[in-house]
Amino acid sequence: MTLVADAPVLEKPTSITSGLDPRFKPRLYEHVGQNNSWTLEYALRHGAYEGAKRALAGTPESVQDEVKKSGLRGRGGAGFPTGLKWSFMPKEDGKPHYLVCNADESEPGTYKDRYLMEADPHQLLEGMLIGMHAIRANVGYIYIRGEYILGANRLNAAIAEARAAGLLGDNALGFGKSMEVFVHRGAGAYICGEETALMNSLEGLRANPRLKPPFPAQAGIFGMPSTVNNVVSIASAALIMRHGADWFSSMGTEKSKGNFLFHISGPVKRPGVYELPLGTTYREIIYTWGGGPTEEIKGFHPGGSSMPILPFTDEILDMGADYENVSSKGSSLGTGGIILIPKNADIVNMMYNLVRFYGHESCGKCTPCREGIGTWMNRIFQKLIAGQGDPNDVKILEDLMGNIRGKSFCLLADSCIMPVQSAFKHFRDEFEYIAQHGKPMYTGYGNRWKDE
Amino acid sequence: MNFFTNKQPLVADILSRYPANRKRSAVMPLLREVQNAEGYISDARVAEIAQLIESTPTEVKSVMSFYSTYSSSPTGKYHLQVCMTLSCALQGSDQMWDYLCETLDIGVGDVTADGLFSVQKVECLGSCGTAPLMQVSDSGYYECLTKKRLNALLADFKSRGDGSMPESDTQAPVFIQRNGDVVSQITAEGASL
Repeated sequence: MTLVADAPVLEKPTSITSGLDPRFKPRLYEHVGQNNSWTLEYALRHGAYEGAKRALAGTPESVQDEVKKSGLRGRGGAGFPTGLKWSFMPKEDGKPHYLVCNADESEPGTYKDRYLMEADPHQLLEGMLIGMHAIRANVGYIYIRGEYILGANRLNAAIAEARAAGLLGDNALGFGKSMEVFVHRGAGAYICGEETALMNSLEGLRANPRLKPPFPAQAGIFGMPSTVNNVVSIASAALIMRHGADWFSSMGTEKSKGNFLFHISGPVKRPGVYELPLGTTYREIIYTWGGGPTEEIKGFHPGGSSMPILPFTDEILDMGADYENVSSKGSSLGTGGIILIPKNADIVNMMYNLVRFYGHESCGKCTPCREGIGTWMNRIFQKLIAGQGDPNDVKILEDLMGNIRGKSFCLLADSCIMPVQSAFKHFRDEFEYIAQHGKPMYTGYGNRWKDE
Repeated sequence: MNFFTNKQPLVADILSRYPANRKRSAVMPLLREVQNAEGYISDARVAEIAQLIESTPTEVKSVMSFYSTYSSSPTGKYHLQVCMTLSCALQGSDQMWDYLCETLDIGVGDVTADGLFSVQKVECLGSCGTAPLMQVSDSGYYECLTKKRLNALLADFKSRGDGSMPESDTQAPVFIQRNGDVVSQITAEGASL
């Protein structure tokens, strides 16, 4: 591997968490890549459903407490404590409750849920049973994005196997309770990852987000108390019930506990999913595990494209990746999906790619997002890239973004504005250059497809 | 003939996943059945689905038009959906798209004269570690596409010609850790996904 001379790189990157330390052995991804790991026979041989049995033998509150004690925070991006979320559900209100697993993984740069569902569906089902017990639900839905076809097939097969074995159904795991899990396939819409839009989609409506309150715990799908959790949050609950809260909280930092699925894309030697404790440095993730960049890097999105860009400096690389540290640098841990930004790719083109994405995925409900991003920002970017811009466009863009951010109905618009504003902060010269000269400062964006 | 007339067990199975008074939830799985069987969803099918879920064709159409994987006009036997978002763009998806359109001599909304291919630009397919990639119809992903691999795939599809596909290609090498080492998923102890 050759690295560009002035990129901040240690000669021999040292591993801080050490992949050989048995405490940090991959658990979520323990069975990914193994033969027949998706079958019930394999799963039972490796301890599946032991956590669910332990959970169902106790009260819902005892499960909530165990998960609270573990310090697990939602792995979908927002990082809200999972046990606390479960405790918001009403107790004996006589209504049906629902657990919804958000498997609509569509944040650009994020691909951690896919392999987990394809390779270890029983881990997710076990987590569903635990979560359903904790919130007193008899029915759970896994809302999986429509494009994850293998994942949906594997989950459906796993559900059929589990039902035949009495792990799901009228007398789930022999505890006398009816527990059913259904897979609901999406059909291609990023907004379905927003929990209230997801609920509308599941109800057979257009996936526009709903006004909160009422929160899902009061009135969610079908107007009933519901909780929406990410795939990895639910799978982590299964591991916590199997191995105990203390096992989970022994990993990570003071406020960010547990193992986390970091994953890397962009120009890196070994793009992949690396399960490491929270607080692992970006240097270790990118160099030791990812094998290092394949070209000079100028920044990266730390957790999906919606998270503001961090500069590729020694200070950032040596920072432990946890919720608090990344927030303190003006970005967010997000989904853990790291996208490396090559230096020779023009930032204006890259940000236009994202603006186009968010414009396309805007649900159209509110004006700032539909018109602001979908129309105005797209057109200004197109004008800049076509070489028709003038220096005033940079100011107009900034002004426009200031008027969109925080003024839209849901977070989708902010998810677009935040990375673009961060690009302005770190690479403003590139915007000004293209506006002034009619051509990008770097030309390496459009010529990257490999012949073989 | 109606599409669902002789598929009552399937319809009953789909409806059974949702509360009895919430038939509307079945709209997406029902649309999916038609899309996969016929390559698009005609107005007649929309009306049929509306009847099944006790709604109106307008409501069904409003849901259908919201999502990118339902089509209201016919698609080819191999509907090639190319991911265009950032991580794929950084591996050349724009060039791949141009090449694909030129090679097949079609654009968005067209079907090749032999009825085999149609193309669509789609947003993030959630497989950023194996960029660039495309999804083919409602089948699997074809990942880490170089020009050579793409050409081979197109040739394979052409020689089949019947909408069948080679063994699922979702075995592209994204890396994971195992026993302190980094391994490709497909070589992890000789196993494959």
